[in-house]
Amino acid sequence: MIKVLFFAVLRERLGIGEVDVHDFTGSTVADLIEHLQQRSPKWQEELSQQDVLAAVNQQLVSHSHAVEAGQEVALFPPVTGG
Amino acid sequence: MQDVKIRVHEANFDVGEEYRRLADDPRYGAVVTFTGLVRELEAGRLEAMTLEHYPAMTKQALAAIVQEAKTRWPIGRVTVIHRVGRLTLNEQIVFVGVASAHRNAAFAGAEFIMDFLKTRAPFWKKEHTDQGDYWVATKTSDAQAAQRWQEHNHITKKQG
Repeated sequence: MIKVLFFAVLRERLGIGEVDVHDFTGSTVADLIEHLQQRSPKWQEELSQQDVLAAVNQQLVSHSHAVEAGQEVALFPPVTGG
Repeated sequence: MQDVKIRVHEANFDVGEEYRRLADDPRYGAVVTFTGLVRELEAGRLEAMTLEHYPAMTKQALAAIVQEAKTRWPIGRVTVIHRVGRLTLNEQIVFVGVASAHRNAAFAGAEFIMDFLKTRAPFWKKEHTDQGDYWVATKTSDAQAAQRWQEHNHITKKQG
């Protein structure tokens, strides 16, 4: 199982902050995003943004980074703190 | 590390108190502090903003940025405080303080930490205005500000 978290505008637009993914057979963040996009046209659209950032186990990573069962993956828009 | 203080919370902070903690060491001849505030918008009236973050990641992201600064400049004590939750106009949002033997490292270290905090630390601002609520979009200038440190590092290495 992979726990996927969403933040900020992405969380609001998807209407959910967290999903558990059990049927993922891909290997990277990009594969996981593509897998999540199959859920609905809405998810397809919201996760198609080029600027979606990803963190695996709380570390910022590129979309080519590996994803494995047991990890926590967070997807979010570009950060705007400070 | 006791030389590094990182806090993320809703409560306000006292700049004077943070400054005194940074300055209280005879090895340091310079302390640079930066405080970010909620400011009014160019269009529409800002009533407040809400700062969201990714709690499990925030502190370690900030710690990694501070460690990176420490590998680049001879800096001593560092304090980073970032508030979350609802903040109104003119309230303090963020504090970065860097102590060092000399001013150059303290200035550069503080600016570097702020630039990377703005592009790599998981915080998001939502503005509440008289026209409605809006998530703040990223600024190209912030990405450019972080990017220039890549070039800076390259240059300083060349100069030895």
